[in-house]
Amino acid sequence: MSETIKTDVVIVGAGPAGLFAVFELGLLDIKSHLVDILPKAGGQCSELYPEKPIYDIPGYPIVTGQGLVDNLLQQIEPFHPTFHYGEMVEAIEPLGTAEAPLFRVSATGGKIFECKSIIVAAGGGSFQPKKPPIEGIEAYEGSSVFYAVRRMEDFRGRHVVIVGGGDSALDWTLNLQPIVERLTLIHRRDDFRGAPHSVKAMRELVANGLIDLHIGQVASLTGEGGQLRGLTLKGADGALRDIACERLIPFFGLTMKLGPVAEWGLNLHENLVPVDTEKFETNVPGVFAIGDINTYPGKLKLILCGFHEGALAAQKIHRYVYPDKKLTFQYTTSSTNLQKKLGVH
Amino acid sequence: MPKITFVDSLGEARTVDAEVGSTVMEAAIRNAIPEIAAECGGGCACATCHIYVDDPWGTLTGKASEQEEDMLDFAYAVQPNSRLSCQITVTEELDGLHVTTPDRQG
Repeated sequence: MSETIKTDVVIVGAGPAGLFAVFELGLLDIKSHLVDILPKAGGQCSELYPEKPIYDIPGYPIVTGQGLVDNLLQQIEPFHPTFHYGEMVEAIEPLGTAEAPLFRVSATGGKIFECKSIIVAAGGGSFQPKKPPIEGIEAYEGSSVFYAVRRMEDFRGRHVVIVGGGDSALDWTLNLQPIVERLTLIHRRDDFRGAPHSVKAMRELVANGLIDLHIGQVASLTGEGGQLRGLTLKGADGALRDIACERLIPFFGLTMKLGPVAEWGLNLHENLVPVDTEKFETNVPGVFAIGDINTYPGKLKLILCGFHEGALAAQKIHRYVYPDKKLTFQYTTSSTNLQKKLGVH
Repeated sequence: MPKITFVDSLGEARTVDAEVGSTVMEAAIRNAIPEIAAECGGGCACATCHIYVDDPWGTLTGKASEQEEDMLDFAYAVQPNSRLSCQITVTEELDGLHVTTPDRQG
């Protein structure tokens, strides 16, 4: 187990709301760490619609999802937040009191944080791989069916079947082909949306007889004791074909699942976390929820609302982090103190 | 106002009013049609508003765009008549549109 990371606030989720919370906390001298299951910042903005224009961010008549994230990262840079990507907060354990909250936060990968407040900015939950609804697939997960390649050795010398038509499917087809017994790529159509050079390299492997490409969808699996032996493919023409398969890697993109947030002792209402509209605090003192994951009368799932919620939560968090300090409200336009923190004075 | 009939995977039909200019997905969400998730809110970015356009309506709804085909790669049990309902705009011509929803959106 690694050493405990001590900080003021752990922010769960590095989407726009979580990122801007760093800014509002930073102005109040509150340090934060961000934890996100994705390998990068931005949450839904980066994952679902990086190239799509957003028209309702105040001050930006038009900005793309990724453009907004890039700007937020630049905006919070003066506060040097620490990012923990590819990790998910699994458990929070209260150590303090309602007046002086303190939490131990554990993340996947073994990281432990100790903090005075937590901001849950987890959007629609954590992004997790979509599982194809093939009957009985659960029995093979982790032993024969994998939704990501963590260790290439798990696939060496095996009959491997990859399903999908994007970059993940193509990249792993190209990377695993040299070490497996036989690689079969299955996609629902003979059109691949991955990078053109990867598509070309894959087509060459097919032409040289080094991999098999089948157009269709997986209909059923065969095997026993968690060990897959084969699968049945249903072709575009409806014809069924049996394919040897010891390792199956389906790439169907990501979906949002509420995940461990449900286990943290927070009140939930239809998979959302109720908060008050003064401090955006949950039923657990010291745990705040902002952005798409919270709910209150009149709630709108707008990015701009997440920004507002973070600003107000920061005011209350200041009282937990600096119980003896009086907080004087200041503007970035006129306060030399704030401007110093931003590195502009 | 055009009417759209959604038939769920168990065969139950629900007919709703759909505003011209809105999308078939929006008509489904406004009327709490089951089996339509629309996680991304209509951005053609998630494939959770997957429907099957029943005969003979496919000629009027047209074909999926390239981007929509790419997103359909993330859907299950995709058929030649599969579409993402957020990408079908309601017109007067579509009055009576008949679609079926899959049992799972992922």
